[in-house]
Amino acid sequence: MIKVKVNNKVVEVPEGATVMQACEAAGEEIPRFCYHEKLSIAGNCRMCLVDIERSPKPVASCAMPAANEMVIKTNTEKVEKARKGVMEFLLINHPLDCPICDQGGECDLQDQSLYFGKSTSRYQDSKRAVDEKNFGPLIKTVMTRCIHCTRCVRFMDEIAGTHELGAINRGEGMEITSAIEGGITSELSGNIIDLCPVGALTSKPYAFTARSWELNHFDSIDVSDAIGSNVRIDEFNGEIKRILPRENEEINQEWLSDKARFFYDGLKNQRLDKPFVKKNNKLLSSDWNKALDIIIKKINDNSSSEIAAISGALTDTETMYTAKEFFKGIGVKNIDCRFNLSQVPFSNPNDWLFNSGIENIDVIDKLLIIGCDPRREAAVLNSRIRQRWLTGGLDILTISTPEDLTYKFNSLGNDISILSDLNTQIKIKSFFKNANFPMIILGDSILSTSQGNKIHKIVKNISQEANLIRKNWNGFNVLNKYASRVGGLSVGFVPYEGGLCSVEIKKALKSKKIKVLFLIEADDFIINNNDLKDVFIIYIGHHGDRFAGNSDVILPTSAFTEKKSLYLNIEGRAQFTKTITSKPGVAVDSWKVFKALDQKLSSVIKYNTHEGLLKQMFDDYPLLRNQNYAEKSKWEAEKNNKIKLASEINDFLVKNFYQTCCISRSSENMANCVKEILEIKKVNNGNI
Amino acid sequence: MPLLDLAMRQCKGWIPESAMKEVGKIIDIPFIKVYEVATFYSMFNLKPIGKYFIQFCTTTPCWLKGSDDLLELCKSYLNVGLNETTEDGNFTLKEVECLGACVNAPMVQINDDYFEDLDEESLIKLLDNLRNGNKVKIGSQLKERKCSEPIKIVGKNKNVKR
Repeated sequence: MIKVKVNNKVVEVPEGATVMQACEAAGEEIPRFCYHEKLSIAGNCRMCLVDIERSPKPVASCAMPAANEMVIKTNTEKVEKARKGVMEFLLINHPLDCPICDQGGECDLQDQSLYFGKSTSRYQDSKRAVDEKNFGPLIKTVMTRCIHCTRCVRFMDEIAGTHELGAINRGEGMEITSAIEGGITSELSGNIIDLCPVGALTSKPYAFTARSWELNHFDSIDVSDAIGSNVRIDEFNGEIKRILPRENEEINQEWLSDKARFFYDGLKNQRLDKPFVKKNNKLLSSDWNKALDIIIKKINDNSSSEIAAISGALTDTETMYTAKEFFKGIGVKNIDCRFNLSQVPFSNPNDWLFNSGIENIDVIDKLLIIGCDPRREAAVLNSRIRQRWLTGGLDILTISTPEDLTYKFNSLGNDISILSDLNTQIKIKSFFKNANFPMIILGDSILSTSQGNKIHKIVKNISQEANLIRKNWNGFNVLNKYASRVGGLSVGFVPYEGGLCSVEIKKALKSKKIKVLFLIEADDFIINNNDLKDVFIIYIGHHGDRFAGNSDVILPTSAFTEKKSLYLNIEGRAQFTKTITSKPGVAVDSWKVFKALDQKLSSVIKYNTHEGLLKQMFDDYPLLRNQNYAEKSKWEAEKNNKIKLASEINDFLVKNFYQTCCISRSSENMANCVKEILEIKKVNNGNI
Repeated sequence: MPLLDLAMRQCKGWIPESAMKEVGKIIDIPFIKVYEVATFYSMFNLKPIGKYFIQFCTTTPCWLKGSDDLLELCKSYLNVGLNETTEDGNFTLKEVECLGACVNAPMVQINDDYFEDLDEESLIKLLDNLRNGNKVKIGSQLKERKCSEPIKIVGKNKNVKR
């Protein structure tokens, strides 16, 4: 620790801290544009000038390391003058178009020029204008407003890892531009909108739809992937206008994937607003009572072994809990939340959780990634691996992963059978030898292949033998893609007492052993339409997506922005979404559907309110009360170590990052991304 | 930067984008970073140039010795503007900052060679010789002067103004 004096106040800061950090420790606010805690220091905006004793010139505090006994002044006339001067320079080429700028009201430049700038300009010459750039369908550019802080360039280099932006030319000719025409293809590109301190980069879908001070802010969480990123949802006039990341150092830091940020417009398209019942092969609108009666008749007409239920990617935990109670009440055992045919075991939380915790990626020194595409399945988590990798001392080994992850790694190949090969196992063990914080990330993608169960066992076994499971460290992690998955497994929405799992349900549907199928927001259940002939399908969901057209009864429910509901992220972290907009038509929260059905049948569900539901669920599963229950679960050893795998080659590259759930498939923004980004990529790859 | 220079020499004096991509591959850095460097330094030509690339120094010492007049002469003689190439593709004219040969001002750099102590006569002669493919004298265009030695007969040379 070193002692620094800031404006006559003595503060202690750790060695290596910058002058700016020292000033902040003393409670002094330093204006800045280019400096950002998560990015490297550039020191090119010069806004953070302070006065340091025995230094003839004002010093850029962001780039200056603090030294012992340093005397810093931030309130002298010299500093004030210097800031005014810098501000005047920054504004020379900046247009005075705040009234038509989307950044207006939340603009660093606007705020700081108010506090630190002059009220007039002395500049008489002509201003420069810069051509607009094509940054893709999500980012709108007004490059004349750019003040060259290079935050976006550094973000692309350091966090996103795609190196797509740069500052070309120099001096007055300097411009920020993308490397190739065709914009930015990174999955995290939306973050540069937040980073931009001025209005040069703004959101294209949000453009001119609202002003920042009119919006109502709601803290919520994201459900587009399984990370559980914290978001702030902005609402105006009953519509969601934008989604921004909310800082949570333990999960998403302050980043958000493009899908999570821009898929909100899917929430108003293709919505189901009333129950539908099929008559003469036509879906006709109906009302709740009729629809429920038809379902009850079907349940009574078929034996419980002929009924199955699958829950989907966005189903909240309460629904799965209530549904489980309901199905138990009527004796249906064929229930499963693993709609993607994943074979992840469900007896012990360790088997499906990201046990090390997302935050601990910051300390790992050896990493083995098996069978997933972290870049597109969990873009924010992937950027964290990259940030760790950039600081050095992290070796990465992969099996069955795509080639374009944003860090360097050694690949053992894309054939999973090598995992059961003794040589490979020895290789992996020697790789993990002497590691302080070893980590294995096992993709749910590979667990959904036919050998998923075996692969899970082998990897568990390797984790034990390579000493990944220690007293205070569990290096075995499962990475799944769906916001609902951990919740479903945690409250036991899985087959019980010999019930069929999703793979078996699929087979049974084909052989017509199952005659009634409940799909609870399960749009991604992979099955042939032919296999669903003569099966009575009850679709409970909020979007008219893949299955709605094939269903016999459709029950409309609310989406994640219209209800308070619980989601568990990959670490088992319990987080709630918020009610922000109203439900369309007569849609209800999906757990109430099962409550209503239950009332007409077995009446095992006692609670009537959401609070009652939560109380009973938490009583049944006390682990959910914990912020992050990965730590609390006990490791169950895997003993079988002689499993052989058949050869199967996969790289699990997610071909369409932008459309993975019913909301993103209904979103115009995401469709534009597919059109402009993915297709341009295809063309580019074709040329090379 | 040495690689970009090599690339420029191999590509007739300018760097096409494909060459930048290749440079990026060789030293394993992203294309945009190579592009940033190539656009930052004015010494890298990003457009095709003529056979002879004339870099005309107009910084203070050369300017004092009349480089502005010589540049105007050069422009009108070759019938090109700055950063333009003659129609026959022989010459590209560019104005540059100090090339560090102030002792021999005024001067131009043509491709890799310096031509110094220029006056109207010697400049035109130089351009003609280059165009016709004749041999040219590199360095000082004064007969008696070697490198940057003091000019021997001060006052007799009408070029030398005090």
